[in-house]
Amino acid sequence: MIQVRELTKLYGKKQVVENVSVDIQRGQITSFIGPNGAGKSTLLSMVSRLLDADTGEVLIDSTNTKKLKSNDFSKRVSILKQSNYMNVRLTIRELVSFGRFPYSKGRLNDEDEKMVDQSIDYMDLKEMENSYLDELSGGQRQRAFIAMVIAQDTDYILLDEPLNNLDMKHSVQIMKILRRLVDELGKTVVIVLHDINFASVYSDRIVALKNGRVVKDGTTEEIIQSAALKEIYDMDIPIQQMDNCRICVYFNS
Amino acid sequence: MKKRYLIPALIILSVISLFVGVSSISITDLFDFQSEETQIFLISRLPRLVAILLAGAGMSMAGLIMQQLSRNKFVSPTTAGTLDATRLGILVSMLLFANASMLEKMTVAFAFALAGTFLFMKILDRIKFKDAIFIPLVGLMFGNILSSVTTFFAYRADVIQNMSAWLQGDFSMIMKGSYELLYISVPVFVIAYFYANRFTVAGMGEDFSKNLGMKYRSVVNLGLVLVALITATVVLTVGMIPFLGLIIPNIISIFKGDHLQKTLPHTAMLGAIFLLVCDILGRVLIYPYEISISLMVGVIGSFIFLFLLFRGKAYA
Repeated sequence: MIQVRELTKLYGKKQVVENVSVDIQRGQITSFIGPNGAGKSTLLSMVSRLLDADTGEVLIDSTNTKKLKSNDFSKRVSILKQSNYMNVRLTIRELVSFGRFPYSKGRLNDEDEKMVDQSIDYMDLKEMENSYLDELSGGQRQRAFIAMVIAQDTDYILLDEPLNNLDMKHSVQIMKILRRLVDELGKTVVIVLHDINFASVYSDRIVALKNGRVVKDGTTEEIIQSAALKEIYDMDIPIQQMDNCRICVYFNS
Repeated sequence: MKKRYLIPALIILSVISLFVGVSSISITDLFDFQSEETQIFLISRLPRLVAILLAGAGMSMAGLIMQQLSRNKFVSPTTAGTLDATRLGILVSMLLFANASMLEKMTVAFAFALAGTFLFMKILDRIKFKDAIFIPLVGLMFGNILSSVTTFFAYRADVIQNMSAWLQGDFSMIMKGSYELLYISVPVFVIAYFYANRFTVAGMGEDFSKNLGMKYRSVVNLGLVLVALITATVVLTVGMIPFLGLIIPNIISIFKGDHLQKTLPHTAMLGAIFLLVCDILGRVLIYPYEISISLMVGVIGSFIFLFLLFRGKAYA
């Protein structure tokens, strides 16, 4: 379990994350939602130690993350941030191999190679493993990065808007992969999402942020309610039940 | 760009380089250790070859590391002010110590090269508009500012003539006793190769590096130290060799990608080969005179650079 305790982050005098406390349960998908500028990405960056918090602490399985060496931390928590430009020419296999960096520092042993093979197979990238990243489509590239994270073999996987710039088909594909990571491999996934319907259909828990504060925190059923959404987004959003999915019809509200 | 082509090319060109020159030397001459030919061979030809190989490999590797760390294909010692900062350092050492020894010049030049490159990286951090072409332009401007400072003080101190000697890369002055400083780059190569994986990770950005538990800042700083060391030794012994650090890594990147552990040896070899070709051409074209290496590399290199530019920004 990741326990976020009273985290605060200031940019200048503005509090972008204000006194946030959240528990993230193991073996679930937890989505961070909220309007632009709510502090979702900042919160995720602090949990993953990319940013230092001004006050507060993060406990991972009851250990304060500050007490972990960066190399040990990277064996337990991985984070994928949206990098808007990637101009490094690496093949998929080379990229995925870097997932083993915390273990091998780049000199892969047999076990590392096996993990790399498994991750590539799991992401169905075997035929194109020697293609360069800059020759791939957005969806393939995103899958390559997820394969790297699988090779990194962390219990916790954090993703910052992984559906950015992806079309519908690839977005669904990525979300299904994340669901499988949780259901089949027992990973814990924390994800910042913009599209509330992806959050509704695929996550177990939803944490809603607004102006740097947690406004709602609960199971998907509890959050995907017109009343709760009104509080988060200031919009009247009707909810339609379709099969097992609860869809927010926000387009004309 | 396979090793099995690069290695034979390197050997053949090295042999040609040893036997091209004003005084003709044949292999049989070398069996007589006392002969004048053997002396020329040992005092001039061999040092020249070693200097070309080390400088060519060194400048290309320096360029490759800089491109990786700055995440820009057009950054190199030429386009980031490193060469100009080194030259300013040499001037300062000449003004501070009346008869500066090679080692004193080396230390000051290294310090300036490092400071200049570091400053450029700091400027990079602050630029929000990270266009592939814009960044090297900033570097060129930065370099020109340093260069004009150098010229101003060189003019005041009446050492313009002396300074321009450092501007022009030249292998014809290389002789036993004047090039040994270049051997500093050998351990630098070894360290660079050992850290190749870390440089590759650093090239993917700070967040990416931190995710893999790597200390990003210290790896970048180490890379800058290596670049400054190579540049300072090359400029001091040979002079400025433009473009080499820019074009060689780009050519290798097109064929072999950016996994440094795999591409560093190729980059070093191609750099040495390219410099050897330029040097041999420079010696042959207006025989028995010589075209300086920086002119040769500048002319051939700028054509290749233009070709890379027109090849499309998509790749860069």
